[in-house]
Amino acid sequence: MSDKIRSEDVFGLARHYRFQYEEAQGCYVLLFPEGMIKLNGSAGEVIKRVDGKKTVADIVAECKAAFPDVPDLEGDVLAMLQLAYDKAWIARKE
Amino acid sequence: MAQQNNGTELHGTPKPLWLLAEITYRCPLHCAFCYNPTDYVTHTQNELSTEQWIKVLREARKMGALQLGISGGEPLLRDDIEAIVAEAGSLGYYSNLITSGVGLTEKRIAEFKRGGLDHIQLSMHDITKEINNFITDTNTFELKKKVAAMIKAYDYPMVLNVVIHRYNIEHIGEILEMAEAIGADYVELANTQYYGWSLINRAQLMPSKEQLEKAEAITNQFRKRVGNKMKVFFVVPDYYATRPKKCMNGWGQVFMIVTANGDVLPCHSARSLPGLTFPNVREAESLEWIWNESPAFNKYRGDGWMKEPCRSCPEKEKDLGGCRCQAYLLAGDAEGADPVCTKSPYRHLIDEAIEEAKNPKIAAQPIIFRTDKNSKKLLEGELRERAQAFHALP
Repeated sequence: MSDKIRSEDVFGLARHYRFQYEEAQGCYVLLFPEGMIKLNGSAGEVIKRVDGKKTVADIVAECKAAFPDVPDLEGDVLAMLQLAYDKAWIARKE
Repeated sequence: MAQQNNGTELHGTPKPLWLLAEITYRCPLHCAFCYNPTDYVTHTQNELSTEQWIKVLREARKMGALQLGISGGEPLLRDDIEAIVAEAGSLGYYSNLITSGVGLTEKRIAEFKRGGLDHIQLSMHDITKEINNFITDTNTFELKKKVAAMIKAYDYPMVLNVVIHRYNIEHIGEILEMAEAIGADYVELANTQYYGWSLINRAQLMPSKEQLEKAEAITNQFRKRVGNKMKVFFVVPDYYATRPKKCMNGWGQVFMIVTANGDVLPCHSARSLPGLTFPNVREAESLEWIWNESPAFNKYRGDGWMKEPCRSCPEKEKDLGGCRCQAYLLAGDAEGADPVCTKSPYRHLIDEAIEEAKNPKIAAQPIIFRTDKNSKKLLEGELRERAQAFHALP
């Protein structure tokens, strides 16, 4: 659908989207007009690092440092970011 | 990894993720398709106070409410929306003002922005001044364009809601072009659902199948052309389907509505159902009790209430038997299958309406606009005949 993300890309949340932790649900959510997405634990960990400053490589490195016991983490993080980009939850910073 | 949904996950205890605050039934517009109750006039003198609304927001947020719609009537007729928006902002709601635009000023929108309002959903009616002014029975066409520009200027996402009916369905292509021209981010083409005022005006409002199919094809072409730039929702009218909608994603599952006078409802038109008393925030011990424990919220939760043909239907989880209000309003049986379903013994009622839409009674019957006067007439019986066709008598 859209182009592939690259390790030097910097992403921020899409315009008008909000990301927050929900006590009552025990998970992170993405909020936007007319909808919401509940994120599971690992998706939440990735999206919470999307801040408009970190590169994709930074996010991968941070996740690896935070979860050293998880094997093949890089692939999962990249897949999550690609999904979020394809769905237009996050946008590339120029 | 992630789930895109409307909060429709049903495992565990249901939570009122969506809170709709129908803050007033007063409205400067008189739309003939309004879903508000036809007896709304009885609820315009006893509105909740600012403090009562703030208490509702706090309690609901604790229960997990996240998406807040501030609606009406026209919410801007209240002068305390700024305070309510600010409270919603500090509580962490994703809040939405659902408005006709009448009453939105530079000063108010600036205050909403400061208070943390997340978006404004503006109703639009047509590309022509004539249809806009006719269907709303007001002179609001130019105003809506000004309000749209203001929403854009304050960097709000531009969310347009266009209720679709016989009078504007053939302009759907032009309506979408107008939305594009004014920079809309989201457009909801909401085919009229027949409740409240729209039900008593159904014979005037309902488009033919042919008109509907054409409108959907034009919408799909438009979607292809604009891609991700604009999200276009086309809310399919259930009369032209063969299975009912999963109304409100299930009774008491994700939606909670607090009305102007404080009644708490699982759906917009639940008060039309017989034999149910809906709790009111003025009297009930808490919103939590209302949602979890009250008999009204448990009445149609899950599928224990179902009878045939729903009970043994392999699709019962998919649509939960459709809409209870529609089953009652059309067939007089709140526990029956939604008549939209081709398995319902009352499907012929829908087919007759479809047949009628081929040769609408536009000239034979006057359209009844949503006004205080007409609301009283419906209550007092002068317009009884029109409501008698349905179990919609107030």
